[in-house]
Amino acid sequence: MAARTAPRHPLLTLGTALGVLLAVVMVWHLLTAVWGVIPPMRFPMPLEVAGALQQIAVEGYSNGRLHQHVLTSVLLVTMGFVVASGVGVTLGLAMGASRTVEALMNPVFLLLRPIPPLAWIPLAIVWLGLGVAAKMMVIFFAAFVPSVINSYAGVRQIERPVFEAAAMLGVKGWRYWREVLIPGALPSIFTGLRLSLQASWTTLVAAELVGAVFGLGQILNQASQDIYPAMIVVGMISVALCGWLMTQGLGWLEGRVMPWKPH
Amino acid sequence: MLQPRLPAARTAWLTLVGAGAFLLIWTVAAQSGITSRNFLPTPWDVVIRFAQLVVEPFAGFTLFQHLASSFRRFATGFVLAVAVGIPLGLLMAWFVWVDRIVSPAFDAIRFVAPIAWVPFAALWFGTGIGGPVLIIFMGAFPPVLINTYRGAKNVDRKYIEAAQMMGASHFRAMTQVLLPAAVPSIVAGLRISAGLGWQSLVGAELIVASSGVGYLMVKGQAAVSTATVMSGMVAIGVVGVLIDIALRRLQQFIETRRGL
Repeated sequence: MAARTAPRHPLLTLGTALGVLLAVVMVWHLLTAVWGVIPPMRFPMPLEVAGALQQIAVEGYSNGRLHQHVLTSVLLVTMGFVVASGVGVTLGLAMGASRTVEALMNPVFLLLRPIPPLAWIPLAIVWLGLGVAAKMMVIFFAAFVPSVINSYAGVRQIERPVFEAAAMLGVKGWRYWREVLIPGALPSIFTGLRLSLQASWTTLVAAELVGAVFGLGQILNQASQDIYPAMIVVGMISVALCGWLMTQGLGWLEGRVMPWKPH
Repeated sequence: MLQPRLPAARTAWLTLVGAGAFLLIWTVAAQSGITSRNFLPTPWDVVIRFAQLVVEPFAGFTLFQHLASSFRRFATGFVLAVAVGIPLGLLMAWFVWVDRIVSPAFDAIRFVAPIAWVPFAALWFGTGIGGPVLIIFMGAFPPVLINTYRGAKNVDRKYIEAAQMMGASHFRAMTQVLLPAAVPSIVAGLRISAGLGWQSLVGAELIVASSGVGYLMVKGQAAVSTATVMSGMVAIGVVGVLIDIALRRLQQFIETRRGL
């Protein structure tokens, strides 16, 4: 977490973090392998996890090797996320800019908004089965709502003088969008995109848990059925790492798109 | 210039047109005969199915019984998350060494999507109540902890120094200085928590449960009854909104009492 009382050297912070991680693995090893407090059927030993990681990375597990599963999931999320946030941000900006569009779209949106992303999974399965199309539908609804809300709010948060200046300078049409609305709403848009990305990732993993051929959720599902705790841990770590990396990627993009915003 | 506010009558008219168009397109698509009514029901079919589910049991229980069992799980997980999150957040804000130890572990665990705990939930608890509760806990716990921590960290130094000068113990400083000051932030965290917890619960019930709204939807899905699935979605949405309204009331109540 960020707010510390006194600024510390980043290497020291990293050192503490690594130390804690090492200590956790040590305690984990002692609890499972040496003292046997936690039975191996409940939670695996660190060495078993390493073994499972090696197995899935080299030989493969549940229809494919680790990189194939990771690639499938990450590609699906990226595609779904790009489509949904593209549509969502456009609609959100339009709803923010025009009260007519807002009034027209509001009822549909109010209906969709309270439905949690995961609740779309059964509907997607009834309509589209267990394939890629169903996953895309689920990701779409998960990512759509936060990007609409935040783009809309972003436009509405732009201060009055900005609009007045734009009107005075005669900025219209495409330039009005590109130079007034979008830059003004960008910070809020990115907040929405981050929420969208997290929701997409969680929802995809859940959808894959329910049924899929490839993917990280599928590893979790298969490992759960095989009662293979070490592989469950490998799956969970992969889910966390991929989620973290994608969030970092989005943060990087945010810095590139908004160089004026201090990090 | 941003479009000026529309007259109320015009807004109402446009809203009606939007809602009407949506229902009309849906009805026409459902009745066009491209697919069966089971596959794509009309809005009316969903309303009728919803009413049926309230009266007749489906997947073992009526809709309200499913909702009650979902809500019980939600409440258990949520209360647990609050009971662990608030004290831990205060400890982390007060003792720097607790912060240094817990933060890295917490940051690592936070990135595991709550739903990814499903296999362990199944392994440890079977289909008992513990599984869904674990998943709700994993969804609801981080915002409580983060907001307690941030709220407590933002306490004015003066109060802490005054308390220390007057010889307050660690326990009293945490419960009587940090906690009251952090309450607004904590309540804001509770709303986020409740939302995430309720969402995670639905996901959990799709996989590890034998009652609850999520389970009802899975059964509806297996029976290719879109109307049942949609009724479940509506029920989940409504309860989610009600939970949020209740917590918002609490937030407003606390803020008015503090004169914020």
